[in-house]
Amino acid sequence: MAWQQAMGSHAAGGSQAPPAAAAGGGETQRTQYPYVTGNSVIALKYKDGVIMASDTGASYGSTLRYKSVERIKAVGKHSLIGASGEFSDFQEILRYLDELTLSDHMWDDGNSLGPKEIHSYLTRVMYNRRNKFDPLWNSLVLGGVKKGPKGDEKYLGMVNMIGTHFEENHVATGFGNHLAIPILRDEWREDLTFEEAVKLIEKCLLVLLYRDRSSINKFQIAKITTEGSTIYPPYSLKTYWGFSHFENPAQGAVGSW
Amino acid sequence: MFRNQYDTDVTMWSPAGRLFQVEYAMEAVKQGSACVGLCSQNHVVLASVNKAASELSSHQRKVFRVADHAGVALAGLTADGRVLSRFLRNECINHSLVYEAPLPVSRLALRLADKAQVCTQRSWKRPYGVGFLVAGLDETGAHLYYNCPSGNYFEYQAFAIGSRSQVAKTFLERRFKGYKDYTPEQLIKDALSAIKETLQGEKLTSSNCTVAIIGQKADGTIEPFELIDAKKIQETIDSMEAAEAAPTEPSSMQEEGRGSDAAPMDI
Amino acid sequence: MSSIGTGYDLSVTTFSPDGRVFQVEYATKAVDNSGTVVGIKCKDGIVLGVEKLVTSKMMLEGSNQRIHSVHRHSGLSVAGLAADGRQIVSRAKSEAASYEKVYGEPISVKELADRVASYVHLCTLYWWLRPFGCGVILGGYDRDGPQLYMIEPSGVSYKYFGAALGKGRQAAKTEIEKLKLSELTCREGIVEVAKIIYGVHDEAKDKAFELELSWVCDESNRQHQKVPNDLLEQAKAAAQAALEEMDAD
Repeated sequence: MAWQQAMGSHAAGGSQAPPAAAAGGGETQRTQYPYVTGNSVIALKYKDGVIMASDTGASYGSTLRYKSVERIKAVGKHSLIGASGEFSDFQEILRYLDELTLSDHMWDDGNSLGPKEIHSYLTRVMYNRRNKFDPLWNSLVLGGVKKGPKGDEKYLGMVNMIGTHFEENHVATGFGNHLAIPILRDEWREDLTFEEAVKLIEKCLLVLLYRDRSSINKFQIAKITTEGSTIYPPYSLKTYWGFSHFENPAQGAVGSW
Repeated sequence: MFRNQYDTDVTMWSPAGRLFQVEYAMEAVKQGSACVGLCSQNHVVLASVNKAASELSSHQRKVFRVADHAGVALAGLTADGRVLSRFLRNECINHSLVYEAPLPVSRLALRLADKAQVCTQRSWKRPYGVGFLVAGLDETGAHLYYNCPSGNYFEYQAFAIGSRSQVAKTFLERRFKGYKDYTPEQLIKDALSAIKETLQGEKLTSSNCTVAIIGQKADGTIEPFELIDAKKIQETIDSMEAAEAAPTEPSSMQEEGRGSDAAPMDI
Repeated sequence: MSSIGTGYDLSVTTFSPDGRVFQVEYATKAVDNSGTVVGIKCKDGIVLGVEKLVTSKMMLEGSNQRIHSVHRHSGLSVAGLAADGRQIVSRAKSEAASYEKVYGEPISVKELADRVASYVHLCTLYWWLRPFGCGVILGGYDRDGPQLYMIEPSGVSYKYFGAALGKGRQAAKTEIEKLKLSELTCREGIVEVAKIIYGVHDEAKDKAFELELSWVCDESNRQHQKVPNDLLEQAKAAAQAALEEMDAD
């Protein structure tokens, strides 16, 4: 089955045996740190569905190495996935999801995996890999809308590299978890229009741009409604760097500043 | 008794392109006591005849819960049936473990069918000698499938298997076109009537039949698999018999059921 | 040479003195008794059609599916034992998926047909297996355009412009030969396939049947899928009309 494959295949190269000293005397190594990483993803529910945003940068260590990578993708008909963390692991996850949604689609029986099911699947994959001490080095955000027996059901959840997962009305990964969440807690409402949601998400992105050194000023916004998903082309936000605190950050500060 | 030289092995084709061992396995289904299944838009009912092996023994169970959203009724070798029921339960559990969602019924029936097919193509195996009515709910509503030992499976509005099931099928064939809009009560009533046909004069009571139902209310609330209790079955049987005894009003009974604004049954 | 009673026809691993494997021939009989399956290659794609015999009126439409998608761009239609066919379908699906995993591009129709044929052939090599009681027609679209293959229980696989299996295959083949396949579009093709299926259906022997149609063509975005309902209905109506016209003559 696809999920068992997904949990095992990455390790299949060399980690059938338990870690330490294998019988052959060789040691197995697992991912111990990420190489190319993307940063925050922000997503929130709004009136008609879910909106998701991230910048398009990916860093090699602390070098801003890639400036035009898409970290938000559509999954099947009803879901969007956004990822921060190791970019190659994200690409691998996309392959799993592609296979999963294709085989789901091919049954052609009127049933399909919704965002809730995809999120649950990812949760199991991430937690299993963490238990093999070979995690997929990502924080993943999964959002979507699907018609249920009780009308349209919006879904938004996230899962990280150790398998921790939850569902929320608004989520943010990486630096966003520290800088965007307080804003979202203050200003998020269930009945936000798309325009209001974009405004709110841009506010969060701007804060991240100012305060997260690895973020870049090229953003992508995506939305998903019952009509399907739309991933908008990248664009930049207007910035103002003339704040007095930016010009003299140590002013009035206590301690070693 | 020896019919021909091509009928002793599942891996042997007859000159006419038939697989006798598989056909014989299908015969085993006809030996078991009858089961029926009926399906409306949002509800599906399974019913079976209970036959005790002797006066002193209990009867074999023939209707099983697989998950909240799915159940089966079986006819034929019940021992094979129990193995396969466990397989079905496992499939449902594994699916909900990964996806936190019920396995769609069509895919449940498909996995059962694929498992059955393998037994028709290996010389060291034999086909399962059991027919399954697989009933359940998924996002496209209620469904009823018939899985047979050959590995074929079909979706039906209503179906009957087991001994003397032909009479039940004839009964259902006369009425199945309306089943889509039936209320749960009407489905149960027709299931009992169909079961009764197969008894050939033997009296139908709550002790010699089992009825189960799965469904969802119009607002989408799931009503999980439930075996209907004997008291309620007996009441239904009694009311059916009362209606038969007073033949002037048989149609009004039905009208009443239909006209009562299709209130979903609380069970 | 006759096969029955000689003892040379009891195992798939036994050759007869004149070099035949009777068990494979018997398996082919199961295909010949099935409802007709037709596949044609039009100029812009492939159309697959199946005469699905319906044994009970209580059976629901769409049940006992005989055409399956095996990847985005290819589909497989089954004549013979449907249960055996599903086994081939799952193998085809996993071959297609594993190819894409390794090479990062969709499997070509030829490669898929080869791999499926090898699998079918495998079951003719061991005494503990039996040959599949089904033949399949595989249609797909890759960088070389639309292609059609037919694979028989023996494991042979050939590429076709038009292929037919099952009861009405002879008549169907005659009809396919009359078509100008190089000029036909799939939109026209579905009507032709419907006409053929309706034409070869033997009302006297089999009462009810359901027409199952799928295509993979430019119009379907090179995806294998069921023919949309409105087109299916149109094709059925056209086939019915053609049939009545023939009866009137």
